[in-house]
Amino acid sequence: MVDGRQIGEKKRKRSYDLHMNRHRPTSPHLQIYRLPLVALISISHRITGVILVAGAIALVGWLAAIASGAEIYACARAFLGSLVGRLLLFAFTFSFFFHFANGIRHLFWDTGAGFALDSARKSGIAVIAFAVVMTVLAWILGYAMR
Amino acid sequence: MKDFKSPLSRARGLGSARSGTSHWWSQRISAIALIPLGLWLCLSLVMIASYDHAQAVEWIRSPINGIGLTLAIIALFYHASLGLQTIAEDYLSAEWLKIGAIIVIRLSAIALSATAVFSVLRIALGE
Repeated sequence: MVDGRQIGEKKRKRSYDLHMNRHRPTSPHLQIYRLPLVALISISHRITGVILVAGAIALVGWLAAIASGAEIYACARAFLGSLVGRLLLFAFTFSFFFHFANGIRHLFWDTGAGFALDSARKSGIAVIAFAVVMTVLAWILGYAMR
Repeated sequence: MKDFKSPLSRARGLGSARSGTSHWWSQRISAIALIPLGLWLCLSLVMIASYDHAQAVEWIRSPINGIGLTLAIIALFYHASLGLQTIAEDYLSAEWLKIGAIIVIRLSAIALSATAVFSVLRIALGE
């Protein structure tokens, strides 16, 4: 036998559960959570690593083109000199200097140094500054060597 | 039935990578190798980007550059295959997909580095 008070109790409980589920604090989800700088640099290390794999494949193509002779090398050179080629090379250059500097930052972390949030943020800013400055210098050097 | 395995041997081979420490060490050692090699490679490529075929061949034929390129290629693809493996382990949850990706990554890295080293040798030792 079920009396009315019991059913009312159940309903109340269900509505309470629904309410609590809807208003519970949600864990920071990637799509709505603004990544702090340190986290942004962390995922950038992976992304630049993948970009550099593309750069490494391009390097293989470049070497194979040189080995294949002057005509094929001329094609590779024409592609690398085009706007798309230059944009790719720019992405490779920036990715290299970023991944290089951040990799060294990781090696310091491996020794246990620089883990505090404040110093991690400072070294992160240094990584970005290094990557930007070195990319610009590398392209100035590249154009000066022409 | 009694299990005669020690706790250590039961734990060995578990985890997403099956063996963690050696992967970690190889990753760091190749990273350290790439500090000088990567910097040299990047700056060299910037300097010789505008070379024509004869100049590029001459540059690669110099022993220092040929050896440097070979070392850089080996370290680069080794480091890249370890890094891509970690990405596959992190983002691919289906076991067959993960193992398949790791096999493709490993074999591609070997094929690409062999192609690059062969090209350098052909340029350096040809004629």
